Amino acid sequence: MSTEPIIFQPTPARAAPSSKIGAVAWLRANLFGGWKDTVVTIALLAILLATVPKLIGWLFLRATFWGDADACRLAGGACWPFIIDKFNVLMMGVYPQELGWRPGIAAIALIVLAALTYTNRMRGIVLVVAWAILPFFALIMIGGAFGMREVDQSLWGGLMLSILLALVGVIVSIPLGVMLALGRYYGSPVVKSLCIAFIELLRGVPLITILFMASVMMPLFLPPDMIINNLLRIQIAMILFSSAYMAEVVRGGLQAIPNGQTEASLALGVTRRHTIAFVIVPQALRHVLPPLIGRCIALFKDTSLVIIVGLLDFLGMIKNAALDTSWLGFQAEAYVFAAFVYWSICYSLSLYGRELERRGPSAQKR
Amino acid sequence: MSAKIDSQATAENIVIEMKGVNKWYGDFHVLKDINLSVREGERIVICGPSGSGKSTLIRCINHLEAHQQGVITVNGTLLDENSKNITQIRREVGMVFQQFNLFPHMTILDNLCFAPMWARNMPRAEAEKTALRYLERVGILEQKDKYPGQLSGGQQQRVAIARSLCMNPSIMLFDEPTSALDPEMIKEVLDVMIELANTGMTMLVVTHEMSFARSVADRVIFMDGGEIVEENAPDAFFDNPQVDRTQQFLSQILSH
Repeated sequence: MSTEPIIFQPTPARAAPSSKIGAVAWLRANLFGGWKDTVVTIALLAILLATVPKLIGWLFLRATFWGDADACRLAGGACWPFIIDKFNVLMMGVYPQELGWRPGIAAIALIVLAALTYTNRMRGIVLVVAWAILPFFALIMIGGAFGMREVDQSLWGGLMLSILLALVGVIVSIPLGVMLALGRYYGSPVVKSLCIAFIELLRGVPLITILFMASVMMPLFLPPDMIINNLLRIQIAMILFSSAYMAEVVRGGLQAIPNGQTEASLALGVTRRHTIAFVIVPQALRHVLPPLIGRCIALFKDTSLVIIVGLLDFLGMIKNAALDTSWLGFQAEAYVFAAFVYWSICYSLSLYGRELERRGPSAQKR
Repeated sequence: MSAKIDSQATAENIVIEMKGVNKWYGDFHVLKDINLSVREGERIVICGPSGSGKSTLIRCINHLEAHQQGVITVNGTLLDENSKNITQIRREVGMVFQQFNLFPHMTILDNLCFAPMWARNMPRAEAEKTALRYLERVGILEQKDKYPGQLSGGQQQRVAIARSLCMNPSIMLFDEPTSALDPEMIKEVLDVMIELANTGMTMLVVTHEMSFARSVADRVIFMDGGEIVEENAPDAFFDNPQVDRTQQFLSQILSH
């Protein structure tokens, strides 16, 4: 009797049933799962078929990329030479062309600083100081000082003005918002009610109203020899409006910090002031980074409202360009381009914020 | 004559003095007429059922909780609503919490340097030197650049102890330092505390670790219902408890 060693022979796995794999099965599972799915799928397909080819035809196939207005009218598609011709004006308004390098340098400074932040090359107090200096640097470059030729604020415009309003707005309103939130959260009853009154007042009024107040009504109340130029008034209005929203976002972050953090710091003999500044606020800001970035994006889009009070920001320039008699009839192109620019900037900000959120010790906490 | 000198000597050595301390949370009488004197270098373990006021008692010593009646003196400074006194006392009294309470946004090294730099105006280089010395003492020097979230509970608690020691306190308060730890991590924290006790540090420890109490404490205090029910040297306390409530408590926690 010989004992044969038993060797385990695995049976090869059976292939999955054809009804579960492959393109047909995927379609069935995801698009034609039942009669309701089928109806929705077909309806959406019909809508896409009716619109997308036309859109692509207009945007690219029948579009004119080189030529003049007559060539555009002949082709019937989108007229991109119009945008190319107006590009400088859209970017900088009527800012003197020969000085265009100055806002250019400010823009490069912004991009470099954003990149340094993104790659984590710069951090801590140096980073905060750099961001705090940036708006002043941009203002000096655009407006001219220290021997550079001065450019009057009425000449500032285009995308440059939109970005400047948003940049200064964000950088000033975040610290202001933090102060308001701290006042509301930790302040004495008087400070607390003042903060609440300010926040609720500004949050309860549409931005347009505040802009009108700043632009039209404020000069009526100020003494006649006190002249604050229109742009500055609008900028201050935007900062105040934005800081009220920032304050509420930050307050949410303050509430999320466990009491043990304060106790631990106080128990070490650190003063309440230093505890709030170095233990509580940094953690709170990190907690609320997503909504904070959301507010920054919203503020950038809100800058388009300044057109109402006579500033020629990016959208204002778009509107102007569309009225140019030598390029009459190309409004659609102008607004498509405006939408594209706003979308690219906002979406980049959103991606940028997502990366900042992903990073940092809070991501690996506990 | 000699008796007078004796009493003076003890008076000088008393670092914490609580006299007739009462505290209420609303209607709830959480501390009832607490009288307690702690001599320099003394190790006291406070135990008792939950809600008995033992945490509140030691949190009154560094004024994380305010008492409403009675007198607390720490290192000769009267603890009142004067915030200068409070901050002064907190700089001399270290505290270790159940939940560690490390600062999650700072590295381990920054956690340790923070208080010496901002509460003692110590230059960064000097603060780091002190920090590294204490990190080595609690055995986590190689983790100094990590964030608290990357450390185990036991390691975090050892960092928290080192963080308190960086302020060079003369008294250390421990509020259930091992209660949030997995069993295998309790020992590493207790070892650090025993080592600290051997250096002559004055320690008040709220804990359920009865073996620690027996081997380290000079005095064990049993609290229940907001009052000090019994206090005694550990051997007498565990082997021959005088009060029924103490007996009951001990039989409950030592029965298994």
